[in-house]
Amino acid sequence: MAETRGNNRNGDVLLRVEGLKMHFPITQGIIWQRQVGSIKAVDGIDFYINSGETLGLVGESGCGKSTTGRAILQLYRPTAGHVYFQGVDLTQMKGEQLRRQRRKMQMIFQDPYASLNPRMTVGNIVGEPLEVHNIARGKEKRERVMELLRVVGLNPYFVNRYPHEFSGGQRQRIGIARALAVNPDFIVCDEPISALDVSIQAQIVNLLEELQEQFGLTYLFIAHDLSVVRHISDRVAVMYLGKLVEMTDRDTLYENPLHPYTEALLSAVPIPDPQVEAKRKRIILEGDVPSPANPPKGCNFNTRCPRAMDICFEEEPPFKDVGDGHYVACFLYE
Amino acid sequence: MDTLLEVKDLRTQFFTQDGVVHAVNGISYELHRGETLAIVGESGCGKSVSVLSLIRLIPQPPGKIVGGEVWFDGQDLLKLDEDDLRRIRGNRIAMIFQDPMTSLNPVLTIGQQVEEALQLHLGMSKHQARQRSIELLEMVGIPDAAARIDDYPHQFSGGMRQRVMIAMGLSCNPEILIADQPTTALDVTIQAQIVDLVKRLKNEVGMAIIWITHDLGVVAGLAERVIVMYAGYIVEEAEVNDLYADPRHPYTLGLLRSIPRLDRVRQEKLQPIEGLPPDLLDPPKGCPFAPRCKYRIDRCWEENPPLRVVAPNHRAACWIDVTDVTGAQD
Repeated sequence: MAETRGNNRNGDVLLRVEGLKMHFPITQGIIWQRQVGSIKAVDGIDFYINSGETLGLVGESGCGKSTTGRAILQLYRPTAGHVYFQGVDLTQMKGEQLRRQRRKMQMIFQDPYASLNPRMTVGNIVGEPLEVHNIARGKEKRERVMELLRVVGLNPYFVNRYPHEFSGGQRQRIGIARALAVNPDFIVCDEPISALDVSIQAQIVNLLEELQEQFGLTYLFIAHDLSVVRHISDRVAVMYLGKLVEMTDRDTLYENPLHPYTEALLSAVPIPDPQVEAKRKRIILEGDVPSPANPPKGCNFNTRCPRAMDICFEEEPPFKDVGDGHYVACFLYE
Repeated sequence: MDTLLEVKDLRTQFFTQDGVVHAVNGISYELHRGETLAIVGESGCGKSVSVLSLIRLIPQPPGKIVGGEVWFDGQDLLKLDEDDLRRIRGNRIAMIFQDPMTSLNPVLTIGQQVEEALQLHLGMSKHQARQRSIELLEMVGIPDAAARIDDYPHQFSGGMRQRVMIAMGLSCNPEILIADQPTTALDVTIQAQIVDLVKRLKNEVGMAIIWITHDLGVVAGLAERVIVMYAGYIVEEAEVNDLYADPRHPYTLGLLRSIPRLDRVRQEKLQPIEGLPPDLLDPPKGCPFAPRCKYRIDRCWEENPPLRVVAPNHRAACWIDVTDVTGAQD
């Protein structure tokens, strides 16, 4: 597939994920370790992202959304399934070949305190990918770093400072500059604003949107905050216990959610208006998410679903298109 | 209304190697019997320190309550000796913390931890305390409480641990429950469960609640009155409906405008508050919000505005009247 650039919202498919599974082994024993089970963090998901669009991936902690992001970039090698990026299967690549692909894919991490090396200057942090990928060295590298800092709204003369001299929002900008350094096509944003203060979150969201426009980026935006995901995404996928339960365009998902989990998730989001809150009917889900080491038989959501039927405890609902690209995995829509 | 707690000009500072951190800079407010008061602000604004100071849970040194009075039941809590204070703390004023993962002792069973306060404050026997603990755990919605009381914290999920914390907080029927960001570490569906639980228990037990949070969404569905803090000052205080419908401080206004809302049409751009909160080691001379304020005037750089009444039961600390400059509220 030809490389797609520019702000092309309804363009070609940039990334296609098929049957992706990421299982982590549970072992017992100290010297002779044997596998006694597995954590099914991601258990067979399919989706695609068009060039230039933002796909929001939402779900509660432990549902496998971050693992999905990492498995796509091959930071974890998937247990099964395929990840086609610009038409080539990343799961079949290794070594130098994969390294070259990685130049087109970057990641922005959740915790701006843990994801920057405290002993490196900002200039070295942002400049490292330039050296690793043989893009620029020396004076050229320094100029490029200063340009990147300007692009993310930091003073370019900060190059010689260390991460501890910056606030959380500024550090996240450094993380964004590092991701942009190699001029990628695709960025996995793994909860990039959840560690930031409310008044700073909007600054970073706006920056990510401006950069997308400017550089024609494609985002996988992983988050648990449904209001922010609605703001930034073109399409949204909802994940529960290692599986996708619903995926459609933004407006359809928020106006007409089909899956009972999506409905409950949306109704649990507090609205900052006391008069709206007083009138709202909330669907309160009972209990907790089951363990991914031992998911329930049938539909994953059957332990908490207010509308579970007999079949939900026997069979697993398929994830299928119920019309106009609205995918849902629920027997209510069979 | 019946005043339960009165805080007057409370000031707390931290004496660190880098200098003096002005965490709380003279705040005054009242808490009425049975009401839910929310204290809202960003990290480092002094919201947690201000309530930890009430029951003297500030680590000293480096922290120090340098001034103020906290009146509860005819006594100034800041002047009580440690024994008298201990009789109130955990008993008549209870506290639940943000992180249910680290606030429970991992080597004691849930039962041992809930029973401790009952034996200590209410003088119950071991057996009575255990019975009461089971009742409390049932009340906060722990299924099969009689069996799970002997489990350890790691056997509970985050939401369940927060329920245990709430059971511990309520164990002595407190008059005031201080909740320091109790749902911040939880997922939205679990947060909804906990908020629902606290509202129900409040009606049953009739205690007053101070709920500290940065989430204006949670506050809207929970609180009756709201205090907004910024850089160690109260910048606005109002009844919940007035605060959201008619915010009078530019910071409150900015916060409300910067968050995307699920019930509104999606905006093309979010409207952030530009800039960063001030460094509390070196607080600015005038209004602490002035460097980020869209409506600032010259006076804001020179003098910090006092909190003053702007409408019935509504106080704000601003030199200008924001309703003049913002026009119609959106």
